[in-house]
Amino acid sequence: MAKIKLNGKNISILEDTSLLSLLEKYKIDRKKIAIELNGKIVQKNRFQKTFLKNMDRVELVHFIGGG
Amino acid sequence: MSDELIISKKKYKSRLIIGTGKYKNFTETAKAIKESGADIVTVAVRRVNITDKKKEMLTDYIDTKKINLLPNTAGCFNSDEALRTLRLAREMGGWRLVKLEVLGDKKTLYPNMVETLKATKVLVKEGFKVMVYCTDDLIMTKQLEDLGASAVMPLASPIGSGQGILNKINLSIIIEQAKVPVIVDAGIGTPSDACIAMELGCDGVLVNSAIAYAKNPILMSSAFKDSVVAGRKAFLSKRMKKNFFGIASSPREGII
Repeated sequence: MAKIKLNGKNISILEDTSLLSLLEKYKIDRKKIAIELNGKIVQKNRFQKTFLKNMDRVELVHFIGGG
Repeated sequence: MSDELIISKKKYKSRLIIGTGKYKNFTETAKAIKESGADIVTVAVRRVNITDKKKEMLTDYIDTKKINLLPNTAGCFNSDEALRTLRLAREMGGWRLVKLEVLGDKKTLYPNMVETLKATKVLVKEGFKVMVYCTDDLIMTKQLEDLGASAVMPLASPIGSGQGILNKINLSIIIEQAKVPVIVDAGIGTPSDACIAMELGCDGVLVNSAIAYAKNPILMSSAFKDSVVAGRKAFLSKRMKKNFFGIASSPREGII
């Protein structure tokens, strides 16, 4: 197991989970979000090939209502 | 007569831009957008709530083929936060047209222009088309223009205050000298405020709270649509001169 921080929350995931699998786990449409891994943006076409390690920090953002 | 709003060479039908914050739910947001006739709506970038099972997203309710999303940097208090937010926004859907807003004061939500100028410079260099929320200060709008801003968005009064246009003179001076669209952002309280902005010659108006906080946001949204159209027509018509004394409309000849 690997411990990561997802949107500020500590969670445990299987080691070598890809960003794409993480999205699938939470049923999130990848078209509607953007991901920052340890402070760096990961392009959508890299989600499948980017694997999470222990202590990684993931920010998962989307658009919400705003002025 | 064709009279479209043009920002960075792209044409928009409506001169009213609306915000999507503070509505009761997404259905109400969608209805308000429809009634407003806006083809640009602002959105904020925030964390996905991973524990929410439903995970409804605003973008499920907006037809992005018809409506242009304008990502903003609301809540950012320095240029680094704003840059981070807009880079993420661009990654989300390839948006290049963005609204930069760097706040400087929590109470008044006045923009921090030093940080705003800094961020504008970087964003333009990175290929963003930046519409910039700013103070109603001619020197600031000119500097933003020189840095390559696609539009300047001077405030009418503090964000969400609903106080309307507090300094018409400043706004007129900005409009008179601007080479990019001037869009009044923040502080509009009611359709007459938007109408005045348009009569002064603004290219557009951005409204959020005044619609979302109305008792009937849908009806208010359509009122704003009409007021912006009326104000624009009045500006193009060039108003009559003001006179100190009364001048009768009916002729004196033939009085019985």
